[in-house]
Amino acid sequence: MGDYAYAAPATVDSTVELLSSSADSGTRTQVLAGGTDVLVQMRSIDRGARLIVDIKQLAETNVLSIGEDEIYIGAAIPSAILNENAELKGKLPGLIESADLIGSTQIQGRATIGGNLCNSSPAGDTIPALIANSAVCHIVGADGERDVPVEEFVTGVGTNCMAPHEFLLGLRVPTPKGNTGDAYLRFIPRTEMDIAVAGAGVRLTLDDSGTCTTARVGIGAVAPTALVVPEAADALIGTQVDDDALDAAAAACSAAASPITDKRGTVEYRVKVVGVLCKRAGAIARDRAKAS
Amino acid sequence: MAKVHVSTTVNGQPVDVLVEPNDSLLDTLRDGLGLTGTKEGCATGDCGACSVMLEGRLVCSCLVLGAEAEGKTIDTIEGVADGDGLHVLQQKFLEHAALQCGICTPGFIVAAKALLEKNPKPDETTIRYWLAGNLCRCTGYDKIVRAVQDAANELASPA
Repeated sequence: MGDYAYAAPATVDSTVELLSSSADSGTRTQVLAGGTDVLVQMRSIDRGARLIVDIKQLAETNVLSIGEDEIYIGAAIPSAILNENAELKGKLPGLIESADLIGSTQIQGRATIGGNLCNSSPAGDTIPALIANSAVCHIVGADGERDVPVEEFVTGVGTNCMAPHEFLLGLRVPTPKGNTGDAYLRFIPRTEMDIAVAGAGVRLTLDDSGTCTTARVGIGAVAPTALVVPEAADALIGTQVDDDALDAAAAACSAAASPITDKRGTVEYRVKVVGVLCKRAGAIARDRAKAS
Repeated sequence: MAKVHVSTTVNGQPVDVLVEPNDSLLDTLRDGLGLTGTKEGCATGDCGACSVMLEGRLVCSCLVLGAEAEGKTIDTIEGVADGDGLHVLQQKFLEHAALQCGICTPGFIVAAKALLEKNPKPDETTIRYWLAGNLCRCTGYDKIVRAVQDAANELASPA
């Protein structure tokens, strides 16, 4: 069983070294960012001893940069800091809203997008918004660095593609370049602080005539992992993103959903609602694209 | 289990404390440092009773490890009053009877203070959203919101 231990390495190399040597010696490790999921799980469903590796001291996980082509969001940056960044919020309002939806003021002060992704819940709110934004996971480990698209990162309920010697450094999001908008909506049975019954994220770009040239749609809480829905994007591309196109995208999302019935909602309800959310998020993304 | 030595600053005072690697900051404050003003409600980040300021940001101390406090600055309910002089928020909570059992009160005061420092003139909706992570099962919240509004007014134009 072993004991709990805590380490906060100062460099990426020493973090990878620690994770690798622990993996080799059979020591269980737990990468810690904001801790709003990890600490709750450590006290309830999974009390097993482990070496907690805090990545918040690393300069690399705290990088927030808005470049010409790429926006980089370090894995340890809490939502509150992202939300206070007006430039970031202006460029990726849907993604930042998806993070801002999660938890109270107190949770916002700690919780990170990277942690939301690595927790790999089917209902993680930032994941469909990341997928819609074509975000890529920047991972580092014993074999060096690698990039994995977000839609390929989560492999199942609570599982992801990272090996024990790897951790998430940050997320790369293509910088929107004019006539582009994103949006994320989720449904919960109250106004604040609940787990999504269904969620949908949309990012699209329009040309000067208002015709959609590119689109990406991600949906959450309606399958074991968040999904990219190319059929929904195809329903929008080449259209004015009018009601007919949005209805077609909604139908594609409903068709792609394979939810379960639980206390939050039934299969039938989730299948319908995920389409409605896609339609509404698509309209918001369209209006944002026109205003951008 | 090997304990972790933590040097941190609590309410302006440098302190050293030994913590278990999986102790929460709440455990560290209450059991390690004897600062029992910060309360444990749910211990899962839902109720806000354990709210403290960490590096000037409002957090649930149950969702922070004690070990993470190394080199950091922490402010708790014990640092809100100025000696025997109550902070305006504390005074207003008394005047408006914004507490009954009192378990949630330190968290509300710390959270409301953080709000007023960020936004000295919040409207009621802003107050209610900001304090949505603090649960009170006694007051029904109205008295708390009135106390925060009154404190904001007084801070804006001291009597």
